Amino acid sequence: MDGRLDSGGGLTTLLGMPALLRQEEVAGLGVAVGERGARLQLRRQIARLEAELAGLFGEAFGHAEVPHRIDSVAPVPRVLDLGELEAVRDGLAGRVAEARRALVERRRVEDENRELVERMLAAPQDYKWVRVSREDLGLHGCGHWHSRPRLGPIGMLMGWWRVKVSSGCPLAGRLAAVDR
Amino acid sequence: MGAGSAGQRLGWVPAPQQGWVAPHIASEFPGLGIAWVEVDAKPGKSPEPVRRRLRDLSDRTYGSQAIRLRERPIPWAYRVFFRQIGLDPDRTRTPVEQLALDRLHDGGFRSNGLPGDALDIAIVETGVALRAFDAEAVSGRLCIRDSAPGESLAGMPGEMAKGTLAIADEARPLGLLFGATAAGLGVEQGSRRIVVAAIQVKGVPQIAVEEALWMAASTLEAA
Repeated sequence: MDGRLDSGGGLTTLLGMPALLRQEEVAGLGVAVGERGARLQLRRQIARLEAELAGLFGEAFGHAEVPHRIDSVAPVPRVLDLGELEAVRDGLAGRVAEARRALVERRRVEDENRELVERMLAAPQDYKWVRVSREDLGLHGCGHWHSRPRLGPIGMLMGWWRVKVSSGCPLAGRLAAVDR
Repeated sequence: MGAGSAGQRLGWVPAPQQGWVAPHIASEFPGLGIAWVEVDAKPGKSPEPVRRRLRDLSDRTYGSQAIRLRERPIPWAYRVFFRQIGLDPDRTRTPVEQLALDRLHDGGFRSNGLPGDALDIAIVETGVALRAFDAEAVSGRLCIRDSAPGESLAGMPGEMAKGTLAIADEARPLGLLFGATAAGLGVEQGSRRIVVAAIQVKGVPQIAVEEALWMAASTLEAA
């Protein structure tokens, strides 16, 4: 393997690493070490993190609240210095990490609810009056699973429990009737 | 005219002209550019075909698209650029995201008359950021540069902060890059020629810029 540079000026093989670690040879390798280079590098990182955050935001929308706001560092558009770019990059990185955590946590809750529904369906009498909505499972639309007694009070006395699955979203006409 | 060859290449008139970016800004933001087209137009109420087109656009723009907009390449490119110049794109919205949000809020794209409607149609269709200025007030080529010391934006109190990025002509700043337009330089009722400018950032293909300018110019000229 040769210690060659890729088109972007970055080392592509491990053979180049010792040379990279010797600071005086860095310029010889064509690696931009100036502040401008650092700013360009930070801007690339911001672009990548913004894409990642946008993906997480889209994935989580309607399921979980993901933090995605980062306060502007300037009241007007301008060229940011290194420190400000770092602050934006760090802010985005923090938001991406928080968004990932929020999504993982949400998925864990949804998995638990899914298992709960399975257990409810298997033994409704063990989960009296428990109600799980489609939203709790990360599903779209209205509806829920509700453990209820058959035949009302008679079922309660006899221990006849079942899981009733609701029929979905109320129709617009019915909602209008409620308003009246 | 700079690289106005784009329009000649595409064979449409008026041909778009390419502005310039201050070299130290261009070295910080490769891919940043400005192109513009000058058209005859009469500001005022949009004719029915333009309003119908806005309604058609409303009908095929959904909430789910607005949510996923930031994942599409061109809107994403503007979001990234906003971050890179210190703006929060969730507070100072990119033009296409602002329109998508307005669409959800108002239940449709509202007609604001010309040239606003022509710009809105082009922005929604292409995602490219467009601005309009009164051509009579613009002198020479457009550019993107940072503010000079002591420079101010007409109608705004005080001097512009050092390094503020602005759209300018050869005489003065016309407006903030993605911000307010200087007083008296925007399109007004008496304007007869309009400059439509497209701001290109890294990740926005040239063909999208040309399409946006063509769409806005042809809508204005047809009206």
